Amino acid sequence: MAPEPFLGATEHTPVTHHILSVLVENKAGVLARIAGLFSRRGFNIYSLAVAPAEETERFSRLTIVVDAESAPLEQIIGQLDKLINVVEISDLAPIEAVERELLLATVPVSEADRGELLRSVAHAGAAIIDFSESQVTVSLSGTPAAIDAFEKALAEQYPSPEIQRTGRVALPRLDRSR
Amino acid sequence: MKITGAQALIKSLEHQGTEVIFGLPGGAILPVYDPIIDSTIRHVLVRHEQGAGHMAEGYAQATGRPGVAMVTSGPGATNTVTPIGNAYMDSTPLVVITGQVATGSIGTDAFQECDITGITMGITKHNWLLKDANDIPDVIAEAFHIATTGRPGPVLVDLPKDLSQTLMEWHAPPAPEELDLPGYHPQTKGDPQAIAAAAALLAEAERPVLYVGGGVLKARASQALLAFAELTGVPVVTTLMARGAFPDSHIQCLGMPGMHGNYTAVTALQKSDLLVSLGARFDDRVTGKIDAFAPNAKIIHVDIDPAELGKVRRPDVGITGDAKSVIEDLVKASAGLVQADRTAWWSQLDEWRARYPLTYDKNETVGALKPQGIVEALSAHSPEDSIVVSGVGQHQMWAAQHWRYDHPYTWINSGGAGTMGFAVPAAIGAKAGRPEKTVWAIDGDGCFQMTAQELVTARSEEIPIKVAILNNSYLGMVRQWQEMFYEERYSEVYLSPDLPDYVKWAESMGCVGLRVDTPEDVVPAIEKANSIEDRPVVIDFRTDASEKVFPMVAAGASNDEIMVHPSQREGA
Repeated sequence: MAPEPFLGATEHTPVTHHILSVLVENKAGVLARIAGLFSRRGFNIYSLAVAPAEETERFSRLTIVVDAESAPLEQIIGQLDKLINVVEISDLAPIEAVERELLLATVPVSEADRGELLRSVAHAGAAIIDFSESQVTVSLSGTPAAIDAFEKALAEQYPSPEIQRTGRVALPRLDRSR
Repeated sequence: MKITGAQALIKSLEHQGTEVIFGLPGGAILPVYDPIIDSTIRHVLVRHEQGAGHMAEGYAQATGRPGVAMVTSGPGATNTVTPIGNAYMDSTPLVVITGQVATGSIGTDAFQECDITGITMGITKHNWLLKDANDIPDVIAEAFHIATTGRPGPVLVDLPKDLSQTLMEWHAPPAPEELDLPGYHPQTKGDPQAIAAAAALLAEAERPVLYVGGGVLKARASQALLAFAELTGVPVVTTLMARGAFPDSHIQCLGMPGMHGNYTAVTALQKSDLLVSLGARFDDRVTGKIDAFAPNAKIIHVDIDPAELGKVRRPDVGITGDAKSVIEDLVKASAGLVQADRTAWWSQLDEWRARYPLTYDKNETVGALKPQGIVEALSAHSPEDSIVVSGVGQHQMWAAQHWRYDHPYTWINSGGAGTMGFAVPAAIGAKAGRPEKTVWAIDGDGCFQMTAQELVTARSEEIPIKVAILNNSYLGMVRQWQEMFYEERYSEVYLSPDLPDYVKWAESMGCVGLRVDTPEDVVPAIEKANSIEDRPVVIDFRTDASEKVFPMVAAGASNDEIMVHPSQREGA
């Protein structure tokens, strides 16, 4: 079952969050330049994902979720654009974007409880990717809202699960009217 | 042709048109100091690396060309952090070359190692740590291009020692348009629609003011500004960074706005219905309390840096572009427009000018000369196009207020950063770049003590600057605040007029030292100093410690609460 596309705010993703898709030259220190800029200007980063862009090694793409309440979005973009290694910035409002995030979670689970876990995993569209006698590792890729919901469910069901999230990546939502 | 990285660096600097490097050698930069011997570039050997940075700034501000400083790794590099930060705040084009430990030693806490690119990331426009000697010509070309185009600023190139020793295949650096900088495209031409909208808004405005900042000087737009101001008949204020961008003697010039601006300039901005900001950035020292700044004014904001538009105050018309290009376009767009009737505005401005001129108590006594009067005497008895360089504090404000600036690039100071000790080295840099001009450093006694060892540099390199110390034996601006806002509880501001002995200091550094404590000696001493061409001159003027800078808008207060000179207040 594929989770519903995320269209609005949730507890973890207020509407003041904006997604910046930033193409940067893949040069030494570029992340430090961006992190330093956000820190010294008092802009808040909510999440950050980085990976090489396209086939070349020359550029990387950063998906930065910024808190536009910490500073006006145009000011964040304007200052970011001044960094010499920043090539291109696209600003995506959550409603104009399709977003995905990956979650990995290792949960302690007894033999007896595995049936319940399997049901949760199937319901969320997650997968089991590793297991031992006492633990199971699951993964889910989905909208940030779906990930939030799954994370919350795991945390309620199992004592201290170990959770890793990647931060989201996003692309502009396609216009179906054309 | 195979040459060493060190030779490639010097060759690259020559290729960029560098005529002078301000620097001091040390271990990691040592290989580069060998080819300097054979270079056409002049090297000025400083006594402290901070001096090298400020000299490069003074040179850049006086000439419009990028200043170049070269130092070694570790402490040599960290000593340039203050001038780099200063240049960043004032958008001064600066290229700083630092030696670095050999690539294999980076990250091992090697002797004199420091992460100078990391340290200066937030105060440079860009910086580079070279990893390959073959990149030297391209990176130096990029460094000069980035420092001097768009919004100018400081850049730093860190050169590991092994790269300067290794052989590389020399190639001519690419021309600016061939540089591989996919993320750097400064916009110089303003949007025609926005320019038309701005011209229309201005023509209708009844109480407009041209709010002129340092960007007009950076863009070399003074002539264009004069044409624009005269075409439209709009009054002009010049900020601390823009003194001289529009002639003080011009009837439309209202002078300097800001915390210590004159009443008319400050109040004109407050009561305006349209501010045309040209290369200015709504700095807190100009706006006072931002919510109360020019409350009824619409804003046209012209800046080369799009991030300045709306950073502090949202413009009604924002124009990204080079000040010269945009002002020239505004002149064209305004040519066919009829300007609103501003008779009432001008009579209001003239009334303020007549009622609240800059003033001070002229009642001098021996040993308590009036600092404002000294600045006026310096201005009156020095060549008209002399360059004035100041440090930071009361003397800076008096120099900005009471010298008459009628030419661009004749006023150099530390505006955004407020760096005490700027004057002496920056004056040396200005004089190195403009040897034909008289260069006066107007300094405070506190500032002077921070960097005055560079007088040795000035004498040994035959750079005959003149220094007027307004010696009130205090950290005067701090004293002023303690008097006004801390119930005269003076804390750690007294310096003594005699310790050090400034005349002996000057003489020991090969300069002429003069002391003036009586009013009759002021002008003769200035004339004597102006007649000495072969060595630096320092005059120790004994000034009245009780003098305060007026007008004043207290920090955080609205510009409406401007405190004029006591003699101009109600009931005075």
